[in-house]
Amino acid sequence: MPADKKRRPVLVQVETPNLIPERDLGKMPVLQAEHLGIDFGGLTAVDDFNIAMGRTEISGLIGPNGAGKTTIFNLLTNVYRPTRGTVLLDGYDTAGKSVAEVNHMGIARTFQNIRLFSKMTVEENVLVGFGSQMKTHLFADMLRLPSHWRQEAEFREKARELLDIFDMRRFAETEAGNLPYGAQRRLEILRALATSPKVLLLDEPAAGMNPAETEELMENIQRIRDEFQIAILLIEHDMSLVMGVCEVVGVLDYGRIIAKGTPEEIQNDPKVIEAYLGKQGVK
Amino acid sequence: MQVLMQVLNGLQLGSIYALVALGYTMVYGIILLLNFAHGDIIMVGAYISWLVMAQLGMPPVVAMILSVLGCTLLGVLIDKVAYAPLRNAPRLSILITAIGVSYFLENGAQLVFGADAKVVPAFTDVSTIQLGGASLSFAAVATVVVTAVATVVLTLLVQKTKLGKAMRAVSEDMGAARLMGINVNNTISFTFAVGSALAGIGAILYTMAYTQATPTMGMMLGTKAFVAAVLGGIGSIPGAVVGGLLVGFAEVIVTALGLSVWKDAVVFLLLIIVLIVRPTGIFGRTMSEKV
Repeated sequence: MPADKKRRPVLVQVETPNLIPERDLGKMPVLQAEHLGIDFGGLTAVDDFNIAMGRTEISGLIGPNGAGKTTIFNLLTNVYRPTRGTVLLDGYDTAGKSVAEVNHMGIARTFQNIRLFSKMTVEENVLVGFGSQMKTHLFADMLRLPSHWRQEAEFREKARELLDIFDMRRFAETEAGNLPYGAQRRLEILRALATSPKVLLLDEPAAGMNPAETEELMENIQRIRDEFQIAILLIEHDMSLVMGVCEVVGVLDYGRIIAKGTPEEIQNDPKVIEAYLGKQGVK
Repeated sequence: MQVLMQVLNGLQLGSIYALVALGYTMVYGIILLLNFAHGDIIMVGAYISWLVMAQLGMPPVVAMILSVLGCTLLGVLIDKVAYAPLRNAPRLSILITAIGVSYFLENGAQLVFGADAKVVPAFTDVSTIQLGGASLSFAAVATVVVTAVATVVLTLLVQKTKLGKAMRAVSEDMGAARLMGINVNNTISFTFAVGSALAGIGAILYTMAYTQATPTMGMMLGTKAFVAAVLGGIGSIPGAVVGGLLVGFAEVIVTALGLSVWKDAVVFLLLIIVLIVRPTGIFGRTMSEKV
């Protein structure tokens, strides 16, 4: 396993400053943002953010607190309307789409502070994610007609299969709010996966985890990418996770990408060290 | 016999309050809005019944259908016109808007129909049904049965259907629900539709019992139902039903004791006591603020 983890893909430059793994070359990038930016009043929170993500790429976004990382997630999901720039999801422009529509187009996320539907069961949380794929038969559902049972059985089984990924089937009937912390974080990822995304955004997935849990999370992130063949973009402060799992790392400072490259390149980039430690740190 | 009659009276009045309280509680559950216009939707439903039967001379079935349909549409319309534009505004703004809508409907009805009470014709010629030697008021029995069925259907809707899951998800975290692909606006409209349809049914049952429509009839009815919803724990479906029955029985008991002038006071006293002992209501969850 550790040997496998060290095997990095060859990165290729696609229209500077973007890099993608060689294996995704020749296929359309799944997520493209060009000159994306947003101002809050006079304050520029994000300025000229660019990304092109390969279809199976795992990418990390790091940067000091307040650099604009979560703001970028909010821009990519249309929670904030960008002041400038475009977002293309699988080639389609997301401008003017509602948040729910952007989710249907193929982008899903988890949250820095867990935002599960805590009074609903674990299974119901996943079923909410499946919602847009289920047909609505209001009366059939209420009258419990055969068509209701068929669809219900089908999606409950799907939900449980999804729970199996993290060995959480036994928690299916548990209220989500009663799960242990780590399990809540895993459920958030599963709920997002249920919406069948092409790009999964993880906002500080390792927050509050101990090193052993972080190690497990790293394996899970890779497993999800391999099984679902999707792209994963994550924000993280835990450098062991970022350096361990990401193929491309972008460094954000004051709303701008100041460096981009492989984890090894980033670790040794003086601009990055300066952003984190100040000018003194370079020497 | 006398006791049985009073129990039935209590059940009847309590059921009406419960139906109205269900509408209150559903809307509160999803957007944390105390929809003060909810009682006035019932008033509009009562006027529709009167209009269809007394003015247009159409059969009671048509009146029932049009009342429920009219209330449903009115509820959705109120949300779209008055509340939806304020979705991201402070909660006080939307609360004040609800009071405004309530006044608008009351004064609008007074303008259109006049301030005097309109007599709503009987929906059916059957006035009593015989049950094991006892003769029971048909309106009372119908009210209890309809409310019981409505409660079961509503519970199934919320617990078992996809829309119900969407409603619960939106009620917990609107932002996260959006990001999981739920169309929040449709879900809220649907909630208003269901709550207002219940108000429409409530209007029919109320006019069956009291045969009158007045512009301000929704005011006290709405306030009592609000008390019922808070008593039971606002946001909770079983809470609304239990709260409604409690308020209904309290009124009937006080009236039976010959103290009918005190019945409103007793209801509000009940509210004060419950709020002191159990601020979240009978079925309410204790809210613990995160530190």
